Amino acid sequence: MTEGQAASSLIQHARLFDAGAHVVAAAFLAGAPALALADGVVLIGEPDSQKRLVVHPDAAMLTAISDGKTLLTGGDDGRVVAARADGGLEEIADEKGKWIDALALRGKAYAWSAGKQVRARDETGAVKTWSAPTTARGLSFQPKGFRLAATHYNGATLWFPKVDGTPQTLEWKGAHLDVTFSPDGRFLVTSMQENALHGWRIQDSRNMRMTGYPGKTRSLSWSHDGQWLATSGADAAVVWPFKDKDGPMGKAPRECGVRQARVTQVAFHPKALVVAIGYSDGLILLVRLADGAEILARDPGGGLVSALAWDASGARLLFGLESGAAGLLSLPA
Amino acid sequence: MTVSHEPEKIPVTVLTGYLGAGKTTLLNRILSEPHGKRYAVVVNEFGEIGIDNELVIGADEEVFEMNNGCICCTVRGDLIRIIEGLMKRKGRFDAIIVETTGLADPAPVAQTFFVDEDVRQAARLDAVVTVADAKWLAQRLRDAPEAKNQIAFADVVIINKTDLVSPAELREVEARIRAINPYASLHRARKCDVALADVLERRAFDLDRILDIEPDFLVADDHDHDHDDGHHHHGLKHYHDEDVQSVAVRLNGDVDPAKFMPWINQVTQEQGPNILRCKGIVAMKGDPKRFVFQGVHMMLDGDSQREWRPDEKRESKVVFIGRDLMEEDIRNGFLACAA
Repeated sequence: MTEGQAASSLIQHARLFDAGAHVVAAAFLAGAPALALADGVVLIGEPDSQKRLVVHPDAAMLTAISDGKTLLTGGDDGRVVAARADGGLEEIADEKGKWIDALALRGKAYAWSAGKQVRARDETGAVKTWSAPTTARGLSFQPKGFRLAATHYNGATLWFPKVDGTPQTLEWKGAHLDVTFSPDGRFLVTSMQENALHGWRIQDSRNMRMTGYPGKTRSLSWSHDGQWLATSGADAAVVWPFKDKDGPMGKAPRECGVRQARVTQVAFHPKALVVAIGYSDGLILLVRLADGAEILARDPGGGLVSALAWDASGARLLFGLESGAAGLLSLPA
Repeated sequence: MTVSHEPEKIPVTVLTGYLGAGKTTLLNRILSEPHGKRYAVVVNEFGEIGIDNELVIGADEEVFEMNNGCICCTVRGDLIRIIEGLMKRKGRFDAIIVETTGLADPAPVAQTFFVDEDVRQAARLDAVVTVADAKWLAQRLRDAPEAKNQIAFADVVIINKTDLVSPAELREVEARIRAINPYASLHRARKCDVALADVLERRAFDLDRILDIEPDFLVADDHDHDHDDGHHHHGLKHYHDEDVQSVAVRLNGDVDPAKFMPWINQVTQEQGPNILRCKGIVAMKGDPKRFVFQGVHMMLDGDSQREWRPDEKRESKVVFIGRDLMEEDIRNGFLACAA
């Protein structure tokens, strides 16, 4: 597709609605669409029968993540709350007077950070605390074992909350923001303040620099086979290969959906090598990695795309914008 | 005709001042005035603010070096995070006030607004306001480099606690401030009792508002407590600060952009660590519009602004405030840019 040309389009398959506030995150909870909103509300259910859950009353929702069962939210009221498909809410933590900066979730294990304080709660409800050298901006559980990665200034630290001893710090100069493990646990990747990604091979702490972004990367998504990492921050989704034992070292990334607008959100399809890409102008594309084929999922307009999520089967895509515009796209069978 | 509206950016006022000068007094005064505005306030020490119904955010001043090959490029990581978070409350407050610690260097705060794209899109630095203690500033300028930086950096200086000094001492302290920074607007105050309009909505970093960069030798006499000395401006002694000073160069007529652009980049690259602030209004040869720029250390921001008016003399002026500046180099370099 070139800019302005008609592409194959699925926009008639999307049900559009107004979420009412800046969409912070999108998720499917046991198949039900759910949006986390900046005004502290979680909207859950089909577009015509949504429930409004006031999760952070009189507060702002700063961050939210989901694993497909739980939507974990963090507010500027210091609270961490788990919302579930049946509308049930469970308060996980209350860090009075602080802001929740980052969250991680795996099963019934939770982690959150407020300033330098990083806390992890295991399945039994036991909470452990680690103090980061500076504010921890990103958290991620390692795919196996109860181990948490936390980003901070000049690196990321791997912490076993149940084990006493000094956590292992992976050093790299600069401020690290979001963090993600590769699904096979071999690599840790962070986004950085200086428009770059940084990665480490866990086995030997070998560094990987992924640079060339015109903007900050704040959205990262792994392909279902774990071999590709799609990233925001450029005028295309930049997709790095992680198949080989060296990961993306010495390799060029793919660029999908090149346009004259900044990519703000990426979400890999859960079963196919197709990535949903949201842009700063509100447009959403589905792009097939193999040949770069593009399908339009949302016309431009309404501001930047701030949330994208596929359901577990890959049949539906939920999206939200900073302006509160939202929609649910059902792929034709 | 269509008018495109850039989304209104949230103004950010930075309050600096050495320990004990009266920053918190000023902050409490701003918050308690019946201005009808809602402020988000970023502070380092909780508990000193006497107003409760405001949005108060505690911050650790986290100064981060940027890995961009520029040694003096530092940003406030906590501020980037806080502004990102505050944008989730958009529409629920009108402006942000950042109170720095007494020992803070204002540069990382200011540079945050040059460097971080997200911050730049959401917010604009309105002004750096420095509170100075009339009685102790002279002493601090001798023993505390932070205090000097805060004066050098300021758009607005509030000389506080003027009731504790004699008129002669007050003139002395004003002269010392002027020796470092002749461009800030000065206001005298007793308990930071200044008009809010002198502190807020200054648009000091707004290129459109860099209308003139003549030294501001007039001291705004807010309280009229100096009836005995109506002509005190004439009595100003001239100090030359030993290390921090300003260099202003004027060039009659146009400059050659092919010479000026490389020169300004070179000066800010080479002397950037020593340059605290710079600004300029430049007449580019063949350009009907005024070119204005401003900068902090190595960061530069410039744009073509309004057209020169027919009654206006096309001339070019640059001002640098900094530490150990190579004055002759700057002067000769700029004059060599003449078209």
